[in-house]
Amino acid sequence: MLELAIGIILGGCALGAGCAMIAGIGPGIGEGNAVAKACEAIGRQPECKSAVTSTMLMGCAVAETTGLYAFVIAFLLLFVAPGRFVNILINAIG
Amino acid sequence: MSEAASTVETPVKVPETLFSEENRTSAFKAKDTLLLIMTFLPVLIGWLAKVLFLKPSEGVEITGAYIFFTIKLPLMDLPITEAQVNSWLVIIAIAFLCLYLTHGIKAGVYTKRAVLAEWAVEKVEDLVRSNMGEYFMGMAPFIAAILGLSAFSSLISLLGLFPPTSDLNIVGGWALLVFILITYYKMKCGPLHYLKSFCEPAPFLAPLNVISEVATPVSMAFRHYANILSGSVISVLLAAALASLSQLLIGWLPGFLGKIPIFRIGIPAILSIYFDLFSGCLQAFVFAMLTMLYVGGAFSLEDYMKKKEKKKAKKVSNTLS
Repeated sequence: MLELAIGIILGGCALGAGCAMIAGIGPGIGEGNAVAKACEAIGRQPECKSAVTSTMLMGCAVAETTGLYAFVIAFLLLFVAPGRFVNILINAIG
Repeated sequence: MSEAASTVETPVKVPETLFSEENRTSAFKAKDTLLLIMTFLPVLIGWLAKVLFLKPSEGVEITGAYIFFTIKLPLMDLPITEAQVNSWLVIIAIAFLCLYLTHGIKAGVYTKRAVLAEWAVEKVEDLVRSNMGEYFMGMAPFIAAILGLSAFSSLISLLGLFPPTSDLNIVGGWALLVFILITYYKMKCGPLHYLKSFCEPAPFLAPLNVISEVATPVSMAFRHYANILSGSVISVLLAAALASLSQLLIGWLPGFLGKIPIFRIGIPAILSIYFDLFSGCLQAFVFAMLTMLYVGGAFSLEDYMKKKEKKKAKKVSNTLS
């Protein structure tokens, strides 16, 4: 019975981590948009390439944040949460 | 017109001593060498600590910072981790690097190190001036410190040491410092003005404003930490995948020949260029940039001047009556 419970915990953590990383779609689309617009801007005005590039990098770094939140959640679910949940379970059983 | 023409025509006399690295005594050279040694000594200490304390890992292992020892305190135990130690080592190295770069600088003498130091200071001052305005020029050293500390902390992973920026506690501390600065500059126009800023644009949005206030340092800390951490995690996963690939392909060779992870040589270095060099420097720049934007945006010079003038008028009226 304990094995089954631990198995459910591990499987749940892995599933949760996978689901959390769905959030990676958002920053991908957002950064793609940002870079596309930056390319258009550089094509129109090649003389302001450096300013556009630095602004784009800055914007990309900010747009990445939601994806990184998801990454942190997935990381915690994979490496930290299983041990804690199993400890809680064992403490509850006694 | 004639004056300008004459100044152009007269050739600028360059004194011989301007570029000279001569007349350096042996004491000067000895101090120079000492400073250079002190710059690289922290790296050696980090390697030594790693060799002495850390056990070799078996297979793929993704763990947090190693805890060297714990100090017993009444309220809570204080663990001394690899991240803290490496962070202090980076601080010491940067301090001695700065001392080395500014050692023996004289006005008007352009030695190599003087030009390098001047270039760094000018770059940061330009950045602060263009992003925060003339009023905040006193913040330039702080921004330079954040930029240097963050960049070198991430780049230390190239030397095989644990990068302190991939620990949330270190970056969280920096973000807390930035939060205190933001609050200080918001308070500068008076506490009432600060409280009023939460009730904009409508008073019932105050809880949301409080949340967004707290979210600023949290998002800054998470952004920096997660970027560096994701780079190291992907590097570890790739190294493990390449090891098993080479095991699969040349594992049938006899003896030790089959045990050489041949695909692990060189290929992870290509990823390291992006994840360690580019990402580390970019995140340092982004952290410093966001610090400048948030702190600069927290303070409006107009309101401050208005408040100052009001105070002055009050004082004048008080002294008159």
